[in-house]
Amino acid sequence: MTIRIIRPGLLTTIQDLGRTGFQKFGVSPSGAMDRRALSVANLLVGNAAGEAGLEMTLTGAEMEFTVPNVVAVTGGNFAPVLNGASVPLCAAFPVKAGDTLSFGAAQNGCRCYAAFAGGLNVPVVMGSKSTNLKCGIGGFEGRKLKAGDEIGFSAPAAYLPDLGRRFLDYREPKEKEATLRVVLGPQDDCFTEAGLRTFLESTYTVTNRSDRMGCALDGPKVEYRTKADIISDGIPFGAVQIPSGGKPILMLSDRQTTGGYAKIATVLSTDLPLFVQRKAGDKIHFEKISMRKAQAARRREFREMLKLQDKFL
Amino acid sequence: MSGMRILAAGDCALSAEFGNAISEEINGRVMAMDAAVRAAEIPGVTETVPTYRSLLVCYDPYVISFGVLSRRLRGLARKLDASAAGPKRVVEIPVCYGGKYGEDLADVARLTGLSEDEVVRLHASRDYRIYMLGFLPGFAYLGGMDKRLAVPRLATPRQAIPAGSVAIGGEQTGVYPMASPGGWRLIGMTPVKPYDPQRAGPILYHAGDFIRFRPIPEPEFQAIQKLAGRGEYQCRISISEGGR
Repeated sequence: MTIRIIRPGLLTTIQDLGRTGFQKFGVSPSGAMDRRALSVANLLVGNAAGEAGLEMTLTGAEMEFTVPNVVAVTGGNFAPVLNGASVPLCAAFPVKAGDTLSFGAAQNGCRCYAAFAGGLNVPVVMGSKSTNLKCGIGGFEGRKLKAGDEIGFSAPAAYLPDLGRRFLDYREPKEKEATLRVVLGPQDDCFTEAGLRTFLESTYTVTNRSDRMGCALDGPKVEYRTKADIISDGIPFGAVQIPSGGKPILMLSDRQTTGGYAKIATVLSTDLPLFVQRKAGDKIHFEKISMRKAQAARRREFREMLKLQDKFL
Repeated sequence: MSGMRILAAGDCALSAEFGNAISEEINGRVMAMDAAVRAAEIPGVTETVPTYRSLLVCYDPYVISFGVLSRRLRGLARKLDASAAGPKRVVEIPVCYGGKYGEDLADVARLTGLSEDEVVRLHASRDYRIYMLGFLPGFAYLGGMDKRLAVPRLATPRQAIPAGSVAIGGEQTGVYPMASPGGWRLIGMTPVKPYDPQRAGPILYHAGDFIRFRPIPEPEFQAIQKLAGRGEYQCRISISEGGR
């Protein structure tokens, strides 16, 4: 009842929607970087949106199945191939015992997700199956996958009803420039008017100083009123920190739970998938919107997920 | 209790801020607010993160909006008093000081002009407030160390400080809950595990608790370590009325 990893890819980990309730103890939430992609993959194979799947980064894995199951692949296009024939993204497809599913390098996007009907049978640590690399907990032995690993399925399904209907339109995220909507705060008052303008009107470039904890951007420096340091406070997913160098850092899934740099803004939860699919060299802009609009966008996405759940469960 | 500011922290969190200083009074309000929010069981609130001077409240905007949640929190803040955080809870952490357990104790003694025994006595003579947990799972930001114990951090940080190390860096002291690089000076080691992901309560203490260090000799260290390894050691916890 397993997936056998033949080739792990650059950084493949098991992730769900994260570890909730332990940030107060200093435990990073972890979880999929592109939560929408993982959720959609799960819904396509009839799982709850928050089941654990595989997150691949920049280069994909190759794996063999020892039992039949139903699989869906979402997120960046890593050119998935089943026994030599390409399979579409955002569509559930069956696999048989002995089948090989392999992924190449990212054609577009940065992170690709694979979900499996019935989910993955790994221990739940502090309420989550997500891998926390720094602490070595969760997922498969608390680490990234390597060749030879065998990951169990919880309840594989040889068959799902309406398999032909389990697909969505896949839109290739082609554009090299992305606009990320932000809500200003909590420490936007640490910055000058000119600094806020710089932040909102400049183009920033994704650098290769990027991992599951955070992503450093390059571009014009954001000017402080006095200093970069604040008394440490909590850090939400998507917070934009401005350290003393003036260049933004986006805080992501494996972020530390508290920090002492001023946070000028927070990227909308609905726009984070767009960001985490960027590669080094890609350009981004920030656009300020109101809390009301931000929460309306969040609610819209939630309703869309509910619709998918109704359709595929 | 007034003086709370509500700040946006994206569409799924907000920060309730009680001041802009590290003080027992402000941190006490944060802890009282955290307790009040948890007790109120507000639908949609998923998680809270108390820190030095603010409480991050994570929530699901599908269930509750920023505006409605802010009103609820202001209502709770108006009714807060310091006792809301509950009685003072002191968690006793046994520590074997010096020797191979605290390689830098001699240096700390030299740098502070105290004897090793004096360093140990001063370090173990206080209840340290846990202002917040962060940096690593179970890493406690402690306040209230005797200023006479302040020593500069190491010029070159160690690659790996073992889990359980008790250390001093600048005017701060703390316990490393897991192995980590670090530049603090090691004065001792505790045989208990402040963080154990397999334990039912993975972290030994909460923000708002106090820590008291109890010096122990090496044989007791080894005895406790055996018990702790089997999950059979319980830290002594004293609870006293009088608030945090």
